[in-house]
Amino acid sequence: MSDNRNAVAPSAAEAHPKAPFDFAKWWDRVGILMVLVALVLLMALIAPNFNRIDNLLNIARAISVNAILAAGLTFVILTGGIDLSVGSIIAVSGVIAVVLAIAGLPAPLAVTAGMLVGAACGLVNGALTAYLALAPFIVTLGTMTFLRGLAYTITAGQPIVSSDLNFKGIGNGYVSGIPAPVIVMAIVFLVAWFLLERTRYGRHVYAVGGNAQAARLAGVRVNRVTLSVYVIAGACAGLAGVIFAARVISAQPTAGTGYELDAIAAVVLGGTSLAGGRGRIVGTLIGSIILGVLSTGLILLSVPFFTQLLIKGVVIILAVTIDSLKTRPLPFLTAGRRKG
Amino acid sequence: MNDEPLLRIEDVTKRFGATLALDHVRFELQAGEVHALMGENGAGKSTLMKILSGNIERDSGQIYMDGRAIDIRTPLDARAHGIAIIHQELNTVPHMSVAENLSLGREPRTRFGVLDRRRVRRDAREKLARIGSDIDPDRPLGSLSVGMQQMVEIARAVSEEARVLVLDEPTAALSRAEAQQLYALIGQMRTAGVGLIYISHRMEEVWQLADRVTVLRDGGYVGTGLMADLTPEDVVRMMVGRAMGDLYDHPRRTTGKPMLSVENLTGDGIGPVSFDVHAGEVVAMAGLIGSGRTEVARLIFGADRRSGGRVTIDGRDSRPSGPHAAIGDGFGMVPEDRKDQGLFLDHTVEINIAISSLDRLSTAGVVHRAETREAVLAEMKRLHLRQNAIDLAVKALSGGNQQKAALARWLMRDSQVLILDEPTRGVDIGAKREIYELIDELAKAGKAILVISSDLPEAIGISDRLLVMREGRIVHEIQSSSATEEDVMAHATGTAVRRVGASEGVEA
Repeated sequence: MSDNRNAVAPSAAEAHPKAPFDFAKWWDRVGILMVLVALVLLMALIAPNFNRIDNLLNIARAISVNAILAAGLTFVILTGGIDLSVGSIIAVSGVIAVVLAIAGLPAPLAVTAGMLVGAACGLVNGALTAYLALAPFIVTLGTMTFLRGLAYTITAGQPIVSSDLNFKGIGNGYVSGIPAPVIVMAIVFLVAWFLLERTRYGRHVYAVGGNAQAARLAGVRVNRVTLSVYVIAGACAGLAGVIFAARVISAQPTAGTGYELDAIAAVVLGGTSLAGGRGRIVGTLIGSIILGVLSTGLILLSVPFFTQLLIKGVVIILAVTIDSLKTRPLPFLTAGRRKG
Repeated sequence: MNDEPLLRIEDVTKRFGATLALDHVRFELQAGEVHALMGENGAGKSTLMKILSGNIERDSGQIYMDGRAIDIRTPLDARAHGIAIIHQELNTVPHMSVAENLSLGREPRTRFGVLDRRRVRRDAREKLARIGSDIDPDRPLGSLSVGMQQMVEIARAVSEEARVLVLDEPTAALSRAEAQQLYALIGQMRTAGVGLIYISHRMEEVWQLADRVTVLRDGGYVGTGLMADLTPEDVVRMMVGRAMGDLYDHPRRTTGKPMLSVENLTGDGIGPVSFDVHAGEVVAMAGLIGSGRTEVARLIFGADRRSGGRVTIDGRDSRPSGPHAAIGDGFGMVPEDRKDQGLFLDHTVEINIAISSLDRLSTAGVVHRAETREAVLAEMKRLHLRQNAIDLAVKALSGGNQQKAALARWLMRDSQVLILDEPTRGVDIGAKREIYELIDELAKAGKAILVISSDLPEAIGISDRLLVMREGRIVHEIQSSSATEEDVMAHATGTAVRRVGASEGVEA
């Protein structure tokens, strides 16, 4: 096929007139990034101490748990699924990692164990969703409750504090001045980006979310892909749980409560459609950062906590509104669209 | 016919950005007339109908009813003027009952403001009776065949005293019996003085039904004429701007060894079915909707579970655990329902074409992007798809081009056996011809091709051999060169055995 490398573009293609302005495309590419830039500029101007390096690194560390969670969740949401159990997985994996570390397991193994616990929880979610064809919302609502109960059961409802926790470095340490969780977050996003953008598996994830029936008939093993995305989300949640436990140097059965919603917000804010098939992992990273910058900035501005919630809520709804305009644009945005 | 027509559209123009979708188009409809509206996909038929139904606003031009200028800006305006449209994609709520669907938006209430269920049902029965249908109003709409759902839509339009009824490719998804029922209903409405605008790609039925035809091309008005004065060739020439020649003309093919062998294949309600397709051969499967053709295709392709039988491809056994395995064995299938089963509408043309060949275009799971793009462009060139469409969402393409993209997937994969389920449904004549040429070319290249088609002249015209299915079995096999439509239909319906049941429709 390489012999017609130069022959494939007929002159008609080159003569094609410049496409008129397309809001949806523009927003897809840079919209959310512009929001972030505007937000950062605003905060740098009005929030005291916002643009100091140590503050920016603190923001980065603060968002890492939510961002890692959101990275895994992006896979699930791209297939048109949802995982509400990731917040509870944070607690279970953190608790088990701490218990194992106290029992003498070396730090790397304890961290790995935490991730594997998360992956195993994801395996259950995925198997129920893919092979029993249950609605993921209900399945993960169930495992969310179950896993929270499990975390309480293991800890007898009390936090297990271990001040010399062997893996606390993954939450509190620094590598060349950069907080360790930020580095972990960067690795997670690099791997996720590579999987989604460069591999066959990534194309299959999008295909399942775009049209599961068509994907099956095109040769995609839909059930396997569905199973795998929940495992990925679980493993990411497990990793986030370990980092969380390391940060607070203890096993908290209440860890991660409500985190699934922040993670979903970050994914959707980043432009991934809850209907599946459409979205970018980079968007998820930007979405997480926006939420983090917003929280930190509001704290620096001494905005009361209750008001912070009001503002965050409005931001999320605004983002979803813009997203929906993208799929069914208002008349004034459709100029240039060809009719059927 | 009196002087002032029921509906008159004059000089309607509509622009979408840089595209002139309609350019001073005119159209006229008399009461009691069936007026066919024809043109290739993208000719402007849909746009014109959307203007008439108030879904989009015209830029300029006038619409008159009974000689009075009317203004249609919203679907409600259209309804108030008695204009109703039966869309290709039905606007109904599948899990609600027939009766609930019929009262949708104007539900009767009791004195206490509660939904009056008894009246909903009684009204529904009356509405259905007016079009002579005995559909059970309590059944969930989604459990009815497409044809019956269409009847419900028509019942709704009739109950709203529609004076102008637009039917947009109403028979595209109907069985022949259902279509006959629809034709009878159209006759009835015409007698009642309703004006009908009939959009269809099927020449045969247009000549059977319509009094006049108006042809559009590239958003412009080409002409209007009486059916009696025109031949299908005339209309095709008006549609494409040139003569077409014989659509189905293909040279005699020489066929090789059996490429696909099916022996006693059985599945849910299907079979046992046995047949061969040779290398270089095109075999068409005819039969009514529900006769099991699609089911046989799905069984071969591993999409549904087989209960018995044997399938071999090029002498090798094929027992796929799913479509992915069948594809690995050398099969390719273009499913019947392009939008629901065939394509990823929101995704690019590139990935839609490449999706099934990614295993060959990747190393250790990592996709070679430049190579993939090049291969996709090569297939697009072969199918005369615009090169710069590669990054467009596939839904932005016309029906014909979407179908070409669906075919391109298997060309790229170089599948040895191709199963094409209704490959030209909803496709304009230009694209149809290209698809026929492509099928011919593939056969020449030694592929074995199984085509399922409800368009009988097409099934006979493009194939070498014809299999007729009825009630899950192959009841007849004949060389296409000696097949006649009447003969095939007789076997498909089993008319010789039970002529009585023919008018009762499907699912009997």
